[in-house]
Amino acid sequence: MRLDFTIISDDFFAAGAASARIKKSLQQVGIPTSLVRRISVAVYEAEMNIVIHAYSGKISLELAREKVRIVVEDEGPGIEDIQLAMQEGYSTASEEARRQGFGAGMGLPNINRAADKFEIESTVDVGTKLVMEFNL
Amino acid sequence: MQLKEIIKAIDGRLIYGEEHLDKEIEIICGADLMSDVLACHIKPRTLLVTSLVNAQVMRTADIVDLEAILFVRGKEPAEIVIEMAKDLEIPLIKTEHTMFKSCGILYQLGLNGCN
Ligand SMILES: Nc1ncnc2c1ncn2[C@@H]1O[C@H](COP(=O)(O)OP(=O)(O)OP(=O)(O)O)[C@@H](O)[C@H]1O
Ligand SMILES: [Mg+2]
Repeated sequence: MRLDFTIISDDFFAAGAASARIKKSLQQVGIPTSLVRRISVAVYEAEMNIVIHAYSGKISLELAREKVRIVVEDEGPGIEDIQLAMQEGYSTASEEARRQGFGAGMGLPNINRAADKFEIESTVDVGTKLVMEFNL
Repeated sequence: MQLKEIIKAIDGRLIYGEEHLDKEIEIICGADLMSDVLACHIKPRTLLVTSLVNAQVMRTADIVDLEAILFVRGKEPAEIVIEMAKDLEIPLIKTEHTMFKSCGILYQLGLNGCN
């Protein structure tokens, strides 16, 4: 199974729709509930990071025999200091994003906790790429 | 504790979910930042207490399978958010009380927090 989504920045209503669809699809193919939860939390955090911090992006999910692999890639400002961004509580979210319930600085740590394998790459003024893997 | 008993205790009102009034609530999670909710190990039968009334609350509720949502300070979600709740079959209630008072009342009822 392969799923692809395009994400647009600053659309707070549509934001999260891709994650909701991914959750449904994973449930339908019979992935265990606790794993569906971990995957959806991670994808939702990544999706919201595109909406809040980047301009546009793509999410692709591949379900293989032994794992689920998700790649989230955006065009955006990128992250200068990844180590700092990974710290719990660190956030540069705008006032608007905070009013919408974001900016706890917990997104990347949540993804890191949820995934079995997590890689992040970023180039300032170009964009950010996350690769997450979940063992089945 | 049943949702209808919670509504009574917090002087609340049901926004959506007539058919869910008998739902059992065991755990309370109070938060206005969605990543704080996602950081918790949300267990079944959890009620989220929040002052956020936007679509992202429903997205979060869907992802962690919240049982119900209580909006504090008299806030009411837009119709489109209520529609999302209906689709997800997640009941919505509201109270005029603040976050502090709402959580205080629920704590005194002996309900547990999330961690
Ligand atoms: N896709 C991205 N593009 C640019 N910067 C990002 C991106 N993702 C994260 N960041 C940077 O890393 C910081 C930490 O991200 P993280 O997701 O942990 O927290 P947050 O998005 O600020 O708040 P929360 O996720 O708790 O709502 C962000 O505030 C931002 O500065
Ligand atoms: Mg984030």
